[in-house]
Amino acid sequence: MTTEQSPRVPSKAMPVTGTGDADVARPQSPASERLRATLVRPELVTVALLILAFVVGAVLSPFFLDAPFLLNYTSLFIEVGIMAIGMTYIIISGNIDLSVASALALVGTVAGILYFDLSVPMGLTVILSLALGAILGWINGALVTRMKLPALAVTLATLAFYRGVANILVGDDSRPKLAWSRDIVFPDWYVGVNRVYIPGTAIPLPLVIFLVLAAILGVVLHRTTFGRWVYAIGTNEEAARYSGIPTQRVKLLIFTLSGFLSGLAGLIMVSRLSVARYDHARGWELDVITAVVLGGTDIFGGRGSMFGTVIAYLLLIFLRTGMGVANIKAESQLAVIGTLLIVAIVVSNLTGRLRK
Amino acid sequence: MATINGVLQSQRRTNNLATQLSRFRELGIVLFLVLVIVGALAVEPGFLNPFNIRSILLWVPLLMVIAMGEMMVIITRGIDVSVGSTLGFAGIVVGMIFRDYPDFNIYLGTVLGILLGAMLGAVNGALIAWVRVPPIITTLGTLSAFRGLVFIVSGGRQVDPNHVPTALIRWSQIGPFGIQLVPWAVIIAAIVAVLAHLFLHFTKSGRNVYAIGGNPDAAQLRGIPVKITTFLVYAITGAMAGLAGILYASRFGFVNPGETGVGFELTVIAAVVIGGTNVFGGSGTVLGVALGCLLLGTINVALAVLGIAATWQLAVYGFVILLAVTVDAIIQRELRRATTGE
Repeated sequence: MTTEQSPRVPSKAMPVTGTGDADVARPQSPASERLRATLVRPELVTVALLILAFVVGAVLSPFFLDAPFLLNYTSLFIEVGIMAIGMTYIIISGNIDLSVASALALVGTVAGILYFDLSVPMGLTVILSLALGAILGWINGALVTRMKLPALAVTLATLAFYRGVANILVGDDSRPKLAWSRDIVFPDWYVGVNRVYIPGTAIPLPLVIFLVLAAILGVVLHRTTFGRWVYAIGTNEEAARYSGIPTQRVKLLIFTLSGFLSGLAGLIMVSRLSVARYDHARGWELDVITAVVLGGTDIFGGRGSMFGTVIAYLLLIFLRTGMGVANIKAESQLAVIGTLLIVAIVVSNLTGRLRK
Repeated sequence: MATINGVLQSQRRTNNLATQLSRFRELGIVLFLVLVIVGALAVEPGFLNPFNIRSILLWVPLLMVIAMGEMMVIITRGIDVSVGSTLGFAGIVVGMIFRDYPDFNIYLGTVLGILLGAMLGAVNGALIAWVRVPPIITTLGTLSAFRGLVFIVSGGRQVDPNHVPTALIRWSQIGPFGIQLVPWAVIIAAIVAVLAHLFLHFTKSGRNVYAIGGNPDAAQLRGIPVKITTFLVYAITGAMAGLAGILYASRFGFVNPGETGVGFELTVIAAVVIGGTNVFGGSGTVLGVALGCLLLGTINVALAVLGIAATWQLAVYGFVILLAVTVDAIIQRELRRATTGE
């Protein structure tokens, strides 16, 4: 899976897997220089941390190195991974989207309202919900591109607004309502996506959805003209515009993509928990941004890779699993994740300086 | 000579226009405030009774003290989303001291709260100014790191109402000369606002805050200590969040690790942005932000009095922030067109 998304970062770094054409175009560099270039890749820190997390986890608890257990655990935060895919595009383009977790909650509650209160068939509900996710992202993008507002201010406002609307729709209750009969539930085919496995293996379906999406959007980011445009906008938007890149349309599209993925994450979360609430995934925008930044994507844009995001997401999962089996409280885990985010930036700043 | 005069004249015109627009902007908040009050009066004729006025006034102090710091941060083109956690940290630590040492002096406790807040703010400031971690990343990280600290120091236990000194609680009950309408907490917030205004307009560091926000590179070239000033505004914001932690204990009579200050950063940023502080940095006034706080307080009390469910609050905030940011963007664009178009 991961070889398909082998990183192609527009930096001076050499590709890890030397696949022909790119190497021919470049002057051959001595082996030592190539090694050095590999060593300072931003994702390398993440890979090292991932291995470290594995070793520490295995030492701390005998239950950690259990493949089915670890694989099952990925489902618990799969929404973070799916939203991180869109956030990778957003941050590489030099923007930010703080509203992802709120969009997730709003799409989830609207799905609940559509199915239970308005009796829309579940199949249509899924389609409408995905469309709503895209619309929420489009609204962010339109405000950023048409009104020329900073993405931080816009998405901070929609962070409150989207979750606020979800709160108005279902209040502090849920769909299905707590007071309802136990028979009124989401249809069987929809709930429990995390209990579906690839036949004959212990690989849960949500993980497959995440990896396939990361692979497809990774190829788009690293192998297509559109992907190059995203990097160009993040490096220098003014220059990108003068070189004929439709910057506004590209930005609008990636905000829409981010919203769509949040919507998909919302549907998966409701399926997983079989209930829709307005406070689903509250504060998860932090985990999403942490995953992307930890994966070596530059918060100022222009640099980053989908491979890094996938590795960083797995690192976060195994860290949480490891801390969980080591009986570290959820609140202390919060402190660790927050600190990790800052440390990741500091280290990436340092290696960035080393690269020059 | 003529061209220099022309440039000076157009610059003066720009300055006049900018001043007029900021007055216009503040007038806009007042107008909105009047609209909310008239709307509430139309539905509930007794809306402006002393009890409700007191509720509005009591709602403001917590918000206002932090908003003054946050305004300075946003003027320097930064952002601080960790204030809610800092508030919680100062509140829980001082609350625990009051619990374990019932005779602890409340003024000393307040100073301690401010210092603890300043300490956490200094961590943000140092990371941003010297380690050059972007403000949004730093404070998103410390938002959870500080909240984690709150749980670690408190062990997850809340400070109960019977452990908060009654003298502290009285700050939110009565004011000077036994006046019920304007409790001491409101006076404290007003003093902080006046101090913030004096700092920003009559000290060198205060003017530097605007200079950095207006043009960081030019500020650097003019020899303004950009790093120290940046560090300072985050430390001040932390200190104000610490003070707010004490005011929280005074107002609500308890401090809960999982509740105190959670999500408060949004309300603070809303007040600052609604108050006309430019999200691109460089401009913002104490009067505007104070009016923004008052507007949010009034909306909040009006929602409660009119019987609109608390569930509407978040969406209303989000909408009002969006409205304020959009209106400001249009004003900025018109301002630019008016000055360069001539």
